[in-house]
Amino acid sequence: MDTLLLSRIQFAANISFHILFPTITIALCWFLVYFRARYTAARGTPAAQGWEEAYYLWTKVFALSFALGVVSGVVMSFQFGTNWPGFMEKVGNIAGPLLGYEVLTAFFLEAAFLGIMLFGRGRVSDRVHLFATLAVAVGTTLSAFWILSLNSWMQTPAGFRMENGVMHADDWFAIVFNPSFPYRLVHMLLASTLTVSFLLAGLSAWQILRGTTNQGTRRALTTGVVAAACAIPLQIFAGDLHGLNTLEHQPAKIAAIEGIWQTERRAPLTLFGLPNEAEQRTDYAITVPGLASLILAHDWDAELKGLNEFPGAHPPVAPVFWSFRVMVGMGVLMLAVSWWAAASLWRARKNDRSGPLPLSRTQLRVLAAMTFSGWVATLAGWFVTEIGRQPFLVYGLFRTADMVAPHAAGMVLTTLVGYLAVYLFLLVAYVLVLMYMAQHPAMPLPASPQAARPAVPVGGPA
Amino acid sequence: MDLTWPQLLPLIFMGVMGLSLLAYVVLDGYDLGVGILLPFAEDDEKDLMVASIGPFWDSNETWLVLGIGVLLVAFPFAHGLVLTALYLPVAVMLFGLILRGVSFDFRVKARAAHKWLWNALFAAGSLIAAMAQGWMLGSYLTGFQGSGWPLAFSLLIALTLPTAYAVLGSGWLIMKTGEDLQRKAVAWGRATLWPMGLALAAISIATPLVSPTVFDKWFQMPTLIALLPIPVACAVAFFAAWHVLSRPRVVAAGYGWVVFASTVLIFVLAFVGLAYSLYPYIVLDRMTVWEAASAHESLVIIFVGVAITLPAIIAYSAFMYRVFWGRASALSYLPPPPATPATPAGDEVTGRA
Ligand code: HDD
Ligand code: HEM
Ligand code: HEM
Repeated sequence: MDTLLLSRIQFAANISFHILFPTITIALCWFLVYFRARYTAARGTPAAQGWEEAYYLWTKVFALSFALGVVSGVVMSFQFGTNWPGFMEKVGNIAGPLLGYEVLTAFFLEAAFLGIMLFGRGRVSDRVHLFATLAVAVGTTLSAFWILSLNSWMQTPAGFRMENGVMHADDWFAIVFNPSFPYRLVHMLLASTLTVSFLLAGLSAWQILRGTTNQGTRRALTTGVVAAACAIPLQIFAGDLHGLNTLEHQPAKIAAIEGIWQTERRAPLTLFGLPNEAEQRTDYAITVPGLASLILAHDWDAELKGLNEFPGAHPPVAPVFWSFRVMVGMGVLMLAVSWWAAASLWRARKNDRSGPLPLSRTQLRVLAAMTFSGWVATLAGWFVTEIGRQPFLVYGLFRTADMVAPHAAGMVLTTLVGYLAVYLFLLVAYVLVLMYMAQHPAMPLPASPQAARPAVPVGGPA
Repeated sequence: MDLTWPQLLPLIFMGVMGLSLLAYVVLDGYDLGVGILLPFAEDDEKDLMVASIGPFWDSNETWLVLGIGVLLVAFPFAHGLVLTALYLPVAVMLFGLILRGVSFDFRVKARAAHKWLWNALFAAGSLIAAMAQGWMLGSYLTGFQGSGWPLAFSLLIALTLPTAYAVLGSGWLIMKTGEDLQRKAVAWGRATLWPMGLALAAISIATPLVSPTVFDKWFQMPTLIALLPIPVACAVAFFAAWHVLSRPRVVAAGYGWVVFASTVLIFVLAFVGLAYSLYPYIVLDRMTVWEAASAHESLVIIFVGVAITLPAIIAYSAFMYRVFWGRASALSYLPPPPATPATPAGDEVTGRA
């Protein structure tokens, strides 16, 4: 394999591993703020214990996910220089400040207040602690804002001028708020919300099936199901708008997504099929006539551009085609599952809160099976976006092949194998530890103030 | 010399980058040092050692991201050159930082039977990261020549930087702990101080020998005298640390912080010396600060950001250190107990629960 391909695989492996954890931390932090607010509101009532226990368990999940997000993010920040030096030389004037603002406004905010958020209870007042939690939540969201702005700019570049082959910034507002950015930001924030909703619901359902619950389990499960049921229609709507935006700016990507080989009117929607790039057709296609034109142009008879219009400048079809179907398939599944569970909860809403949960064992099993569905959809979505941008790094302007560092292929292969081994190990450890924590959800101490609690003896007084 | 604004900006960014790398080396230096020392402690002491750095390590590591970020933002050409040349040591360092960073959390969340594994990965990760950083410093100073004396020089720094971090880590533990662990930290400090001193001396002698540019900058008559305070102050700081480390009574009397403070002073002085050797190059003998800088309008936009956010970052980082000021105690996600008579803490509340 050549250096270019290896470097691409390495970049894709690193970013795919990285994105798994930010996807969780961005939204989970806001859920923790919610748990805390409910706890504060319920203080003195029996419900408080449940919210406190949910907060405790999910803080542990948050801390672990955050650590994985940080270390993989540090890897990302070195990748550009080690593997894509051409990128920074040509685009550094624009990419640099965006990344710089992410470090300055987001990373330090998260990192500094994380310690107070996790370990500061009792050292600072409740109000300062809540402020620290909010600061971390704002920080993770801000970091999504900046990095997605950069990524969107690479997809739909705007606000620049070229001088001697190097990009210079002309209009920072146009750069930050480039044409695809609003869609991408909304879609990603909703993706994060959905990922965490299904994680909350799934892990809690699994706890119930295993009989290792505490009072927080039910709170987490209901929160997850309701949040998912609310977010998924929004996500489908946002995804549709995102597709229209992509059709306008990156028609070659849409042609690959839909498997449209020749420009045509009344283009059919291909539900399934096997893209055959050599023969320029989709084998065994199951199609609905005219539907693609209707969805994408809101007109049965509209003309859609096919891949034939972009010779040598369109992405590989099969991975884009398939990733898109995985993502949308997951979205439909999420809709079905979350509404099914939400309907059961809704019907039983008047019942005694401490009675049995109104979900059948089948429903619990399905929810547990969907625990990591958000990861699948999110990765698939990123594959559509990123592979669909190929062969360009900055759409229409710079090709990926021209940016790569000329390392020996063997060296890149060595580090790639190293990364893959470490990531696989950590991914397995992460999932196992999540399950382990779900099986031991008890807080170590009784939360009632009268009960004896161990002091903090080690190390003497502060 | 009359500096215009476009000429001055790259220099300012050089300063910001240098200072954030210095902040990184000092701050992450002590927590890498604690990681390197971990295998020498008893099991229950390990929890406290980790607790002493638990709230800080993430923000300490962020200074590295900022340093690299400024290199990327302000000097994209040097960024590509340096990081491409350092491909392997960077990858090795990243492996170390990954293992160290995740072990923090895993060691208290995974089942107790696996704790030894995460402890081992934590220590190994810290050591690997420290050695890789030493290697990078060495090859950076020798202009990335991959053979002969320059190679031996890089190896020398790779082997000695961990001892410097270990001294910093001991100094940190002396301040943050008491009793047995503090006594151990003093012993660790004693054991690593001399190797660090010798290494620093060797590096100071070797650097001008492997680089003629550096030689010319230091060994000219009037300048040599003007520069003399740097090595002298280094020696004074070194002996202050040695004085405290070799007298348990002085530590007991509350002067343990001197060890940490003098080690930091040595780091700062070494940094000043290095900055003087390099100026005005960003890659020695190859690329000056101005040749590497990005377009003026990009520097301006990021300068505004730095001017506004850096003071805020420093302020809230200081606030965070104040919150966790004083002796380290077990970390817990729960509010601490009301002041009742102490009973031993359960497994779950010690370390990074
Ligand atoms: C949609 C969100 C998103 C995306 C697409 C990315 N990140 Fe990220 N990143 C985050 C959202 C995030 C976060 C949620 O804000 C993290 C996770 C944990 C954390 O500390 O912040 C983070 C952490 C994080 C860190 C560690 C910060 C620290 O030390 O606290 C670095 C250096 C990066 N990222 C860099 C990158 C780079 C270079 C990316 C792409 C090329 C990237 N991230 C994609
Ligand atoms: C079911 C309806 C959905 C539709 C119609 C849809 C549509 C799209 C489209 C067209 C893109 C490509 C954007 C581009 O051109 O670059 C995309 C990207 C993406 N999708 Fe979806 N999507 C849906 C569901 C989901 C779900 C359920 C998730 C995750 C939980 C998800 C996560 C993502 C992500 C992370 C991206 C890449 C980031 C981005 O470009 O914003 N999508 N989606
Ligand atoms: C965080 C979510 C992201 C994911 C999951 C992701 C995924 C991918 C994947 C799968 C590839 C490989 C494409 C291929 O080889 O055909 C790729 C390439 C690339 N992406 Fe992303 N990407 C993400 C975000 C970003 C961001 C935010 C940037 C910009 C700063 C970026 C810059 C690049 C670059 C430079 C490549 C180069 C190599 C290549 O195109 O093959 N990516 N990414």
